Amino acid sequence: MKPLRIAILALQGAFAEHQQILQKIGVDSLLVRNLADWTPEEFDGLIIPGGESTAMLRIMNDEQLMMPVRNAIQQGLPVFGTCAGMILLAKEVDNETRERLATMDIRVHRNAYGRQMGSFYTEHDVNGIGTIPMTFIRAPYIEKTLQQSPSNTEPVEVLSVLDNHIIAARQGNQLVCSFHPELNEDLRFHKYFISIVQQSK
Amino acid sequence: MEDRTELNRNLAQMLKGGVIMDVTTPEQARIAEAAGACAVMALERIPADIRRAGGVSRMSDPKMIKGIQEAVSIPVMAKCRIGHFAEAQILEAIEIDYIDESEVLSPADDIYHIDKRKFQVPFVCGAKDLGEALRRINEGATMIRTKGEPGTGDVVQAVRHMRLMQSEIRRLTSMSVDELYEAAKQLRVPFDLVQFVHDNGKLPVVNFAAGGVATPADAALMMQLGAEGVFVGSGIFKSGNPEKRAQAIVKAVTNYNNPKILAELSEDLGEAMVGINEDEIQLLMAERGK
Repeated sequence: MKPLRIAILALQGAFAEHQQILQKIGVDSLLVRNLADWTPEEFDGLIIPGGESTAMLRIMNDEQLMMPVRNAIQQGLPVFGTCAGMILLAKEVDNETRERLATMDIRVHRNAYGRQMGSFYTEHDVNGIGTIPMTFIRAPYIEKTLQQSPSNTEPVEVLSVLDNHIIAARQGNQLVCSFHPELNEDLRFHKYFISIVQQSK
Repeated sequence: MEDRTELNRNLAQMLKGGVIMDVTTPEQARIAEAAGACAVMALERIPADIRRAGGVSRMSDPKMIKGIQEAVSIPVMAKCRIGHFAEAQILEAIEIDYIDESEVLSPADDIYHIDKRKFQVPFVCGAKDLGEALRRINEGATMIRTKGEPGTGDVVQAVRHMRLMQSEIRRLTSMSVDELYEAAKQLRVPFDLVQFVHDNGKLPVVNFAAGGVATPADAALMMQLGAEGVFVGSGIFKSGNPEKRAQAIVKAVTNYNNPKILAELSEDLGEAMVGINEDEIQLLMAERGK
């Protein structure tokens, strides 16, 4: 069997940190900076990192990456979105009309904890993983899950709730979280994503 | 208690691969955000105009900064004078996302920088070399930028600072541990910071280019020299077509290693900011605060 390879959307943000985590768990990766780099036959999963969602969306639209990435996810490509990545995947986002991937049936509240002064660190439970370190940087959270849309074969499964807000969820092969597992030494959340990738093959 | 320093370094990590643009009005801030800026720097006058106006230059009116905070959802930064901790306290009170303790404004203290560890809010500081960068980090800065000459459109100084910093980092990396003690002495910084650079081959915080970046090619140059992102000051809103130039610089930072894409981005940008050469300027702002 061919070894796994994960693409990381490298338009803006903390993509290098995800690459380092994948390196630590022995998974090969490649960076996608433009349409020419989008070679789905060469990878088994996609990570959309943290950063500024408006910047990423702008570049994604200009580079004509929106359609091919959305199609691949709808056809089952496993995807893992952290922070801004979660915003890109959300079907609904408050005060935001820009075109997004919108493949996951969740409604997301941006900058939900306020400005940088509201950023925080905690340790908290995630279903099926355990207690992990969580760094929230100007983070969003999931306001609510939405009714399952026809493009999805499964409903949204809530993986973690902090102070009554959903901070991690999964829908089929799509995995999202509000925080940044790529900023801490704990590798379990990335390993969880890799297990989704392995099962999808 | 949670570690603010770590959280503040983390925010800088999220800005990587992005462009931070100087804006003076909510309208400019919206243009910057739509063009793909990862943050904006709110200030009353852009550096080119500060330079032309002369006189004492201070922190911007908080009301003007708040107007920009309301206009965009990306992080908003603002400048305070070197050593002016009261201006920094005011910026913290209006929940600014990042403070730039900046040589672009007139220094308030010619000896001491702000004790940035006392603040919850993060600080970015300019540096011309490794020693300066590590001294600022020791004072609590959680992000570093070059001190390229602002408001000139001349990238030569930013290049000089980035090259010097990278070469000093490479030199530290190749040292034996006993040599690091002497290096720490010469750089006038604590040993643990020198050791971090030796072990990791990089600064412990994110390092951006700033000063004189005016074209997509300038941005790509700085990224290839090791910058992790770019500040653009006067280069955008002093040019012929700010919107188009802003978008082009954003994409140039993402594709800094792809000359074919850079060539496309450099087409038809209209007039660049006129700029002044380093040897034509009267005031070297980079000499403020060391």
